[in-house]
Amino acid sequence: MSEILQTILPIVHSFGGDLFGPMLWPLVWTVVKIMLLLAPVLLMVTYITLAERKIIGAMQVRPGPNRAGLFGILLPLADAVKLMCKETILPKHADLKVFFLAPALTLVPALMTWAVVPFSPDLIVADINVAILYIMAISSLGAYGVLMAGWASNSRYAFLGAMRSASQMISYEVSMGFTLIPVIMLTGSLSLIDVVEAQKDVWNVVPLLPMFVIYFISVVAETNRAPFDLPEAEAELVAGFITEYSAMSSGVFFMGEYANIVMVSFLGALMFLGGWLPPLEILSFIPGLIWLGIKAGFLMFVFLWLRATFPRYRYDQLMRLGWKVFLPVSLFWIFLTGLTLHLFGMA
Amino acid sequence: MEERKEFQNYTINFGPQHPAAHGVLRLLLELDGEVVERADPHIGLLHRGTEKLLEHKTYLQGVPYFDRLDYMSMMSEEHTWVLAVEKLMGIEAPPRAQYIRVIFAELTRMLNHLLFLGAHGLDVGAMTMFIYTFREREVIFDMYEAVCGARMHAAYFRPGGVARDLPEGLEEKIREFTEDFPSKLDEYEVLLTNNRIWKQRLVDVGIVTEQEALDWGFVGPMLRGSGVAYDLRKAEPYDAYDKVDFDIPVGKNGDCYDRYLVRIEELRQSCRIILQSLDQMEEGPVKYDDFKLSVPYQKDQETGMESLIHHFKHFSSGFDVPAGEIYLATESPKGEFGVYIVSTGGAKPYRVKIRAAGFNHLQATKHMLPGLMLTDVTTVIGTIDIVFGEIDR
Repeated sequence: MSEILQTILPIVHSFGGDLFGPMLWPLVWTVVKIMLLLAPVLLMVTYITLAERKIIGAMQVRPGPNRAGLFGILLPLADAVKLMCKETILPKHADLKVFFLAPALTLVPALMTWAVVPFSPDLIVADINVAILYIMAISSLGAYGVLMAGWASNSRYAFLGAMRSASQMISYEVSMGFTLIPVIMLTGSLSLIDVVEAQKDVWNVVPLLPMFVIYFISVVAETNRAPFDLPEAEAELVAGFITEYSAMSSGVFFMGEYANIVMVSFLGALMFLGGWLPPLEILSFIPGLIWLGIKAGFLMFVFLWLRATFPRYRYDQLMRLGWKVFLPVSLFWIFLTGLTLHLFGMA
Repeated sequence: MEERKEFQNYTINFGPQHPAAHGVLRLLLELDGEVVERADPHIGLLHRGTEKLLEHKTYLQGVPYFDRLDYMSMMSEEHTWVLAVEKLMGIEAPPRAQYIRVIFAELTRMLNHLLFLGAHGLDVGAMTMFIYTFREREVIFDMYEAVCGARMHAAYFRPGGVARDLPEGLEEKIREFTEDFPSKLDEYEVLLTNNRIWKQRLVDVGIVTEQEALDWGFVGPMLRGSGVAYDLRKAEPYDAYDKVDFDIPVGKNGDCYDRYLVRIEELRQSCRIILQSLDQMEEGPVKYDDFKLSVPYQKDQETGMESLIHHFKHFSSGFDVPAGEIYLATESPKGEFGVYIVSTGGAKPYRVKIRAAGFNHLQATKHMLPGLMLTDVTTVIGTIDIVFGEIDR
C-alpha cells in the first residue's frame, strides 16, 4: 500500500504543481484529499442504513428490504430520491434560521472528525498531534445541533426531546472522555497513529477491558442509539427533536447520526482493538485497511444488535448509570493505570 | 418586557395522534419537567353507538357487533353475548359446542395476551417482541379462518352453539400449536423476564394495591396482578370451564411487572385448558336441537324443506326471546366483560348495556400516573392493555 502511494504521490504532486501553480496546489490537494475521504465515509453512512434494516430484519425472522435492486442494495438510493422529492414542511411558529441551521450543525461536526482518523499509517488527511482532543472537541458540537433543533421547532415533544438529548450527550461525553484517558496514558501521545502503533504487542482492550465496555456503552448513549434512544423515543416523544422535521432536513439528521456511529466505531477500533494491526503476525498478509474495516464493522454490528434486543432505558436511570456507575469506575481505572505505570516505571 | 414570576406547568396532548397512544386515547398530561403531575384521559373518539345499534338488530345480527368492540379479543366478546341470549331463552348449547367455545375463547385470550406482550414490549422499547408475537398470532388467525372464514371478525359463536363444526384436521392443528406454544413463551421470557432494563422499567411502576384495585373496579389480569384471585371462569363457571382444571395466577406487588408475569402465566394456563378440552371433547351436535331457536345445519338446508323455512325465518325476522332482564359476564382476556339485556319479547332487544373491562382501567390512569415520569406513561398504558373499541363502544 505505502509503496504504491510513495511512487504515485510525487507524480501527482509535480503534475498538480504545474497545473495550478505552487500557491494554489496545496489548497487543491487538500480539497481532493477531503473528497477522497468523504466519498467512502458517506457511502458507509448510506449503506449502514441498509445494513441496519437487513440485520435487524434477520434477527426478527423477516427478510428485510429486498425490492430495490438485488437484495435491496439500491435501497439507500431510493431513500435518498424519496427524501429529496418530498416536501419540507415548515412549522408555522418555528425560528426558521435556527431550524435549518440545526441539521447542518449535526452533520458537519460528524464529518469533520474524520479529518484526523487514520486508515493506515499513510492514509490520513491531517496527522495532528492532538487528534484525540480534536475529536472530543468537535463531537461535542453535535449537541448544539440537537438543542437548536428542539428549540427552533417550537414544539413540545421536540423541546422535551432536545432537553433529554442535550443532558444525555453532555453526561456521556464525560464518561467517554474518561475512558480514553487510560489509553492516552498507556501511549503517551494524543496522535491516533501513535496510539495504534503502541498496540503492536498487545491491544489496549486486554489491559483496559472495563474501559472498552464503558467506552462502547457511552458512545451508544452519546449517539442516541437504542437502548439509550430517549431523545427520539418514539413511544413517548413521537420522534423527539426530529418531530417537526420532514424530507431531507430530517434525512440530514439521520446522516449525522449514522456518520457518528461509523465514526465512534472506527475510533473504538483504533483506540482499543489495535486499528489496522492484524490479531496474529501470520495474518499480516491481509492489508491493514481490511483489518480496520472488520473491527469497526463488528462494532457497528453490535450497535444494531443492541437495538434489536433491548428495551429502552428511562431518563433518570440513564443519568444514574452515567454519573453514578461509569464515572466512578472510569476514574478508578485511571487511578489504577497511573499507579501501575508508576510502580513499573513505565511512565 | 414584563418579568414572569410564576412558571406554568407543561401541558401536552398525549394522543389521539401519537405512536404509542394505543388507538385513539387522548391523554392530557401536565408535566413538571419529566414528572407527570396530572393525567386526564379523554374518551369518546371511537364511539360507534353499538348499544343503540343492537336495539335495531335481531339477536343473531347482534353477534358481529361484539367482534368489533374489543377488536383484539373477538370471540370472547361474542361468547358473552351468546351466553346471555341463551340464558334469556333458557337453552344450553350441546357439550361439543361448549368445548369448542372454550377452546376458541382461550385461543382468543392467547391472541389478546400476545398482542399485549408485543405492544407492551414496543412501548418499553423492545421492538423485536412485537414481531415475534405476531408470528404466533398469525397461526391463531389461520385457525380463526379455518373455522369461520374470517381472520378477525369471526361471528362464529351463535346462540345455541357455534356456526359450524370444526373442519377436519383443525383439532390436530390446535393440539400441535398448543403443545409447542410454551416453548415459544420460554423464548419470549428469555428476551424479557430477567432482562435488567425490562425489570428496571416495569418493577415498582404503576403500583396498585389490593384495596385500590377493588376501589377502582379493576377486573381481570389487572385485579389479579394486585393479588386478588378473582376469575369468572372459576367464580361462576360457564360452558365447559367447570370441567377443566387450571390455576389462577396472582401477583404480589401490583406493579407493571406483576401484571406482565400474570399474563404470561395465563398464556400457559390457556394452553392447559385447550389441551384438556381437546381431550374431553366428543363427537356430537354443535347446535341446539330446536331449530326454531338456532340456525339449522347447512347440509340440511340443501335437502330439507323444514330447515330451509327455519333458515329463512332466522335471517328475515329472527327468533323470539321471552320478556325478561339478564346480566351475564364472562372472563374476557381483559377482565369481566358483561352484557345486560332487557327484552320485552320479540326478536330484538329493548335495551342493551355493555360493561367493558377497559373502561375502569382507563379511568384509573388518573390515579396511577401522577408522580411517574413521562416515559412511564407508555408503560402504564401498555400494562392496562387498552383497546378503545370496547371503551367507547
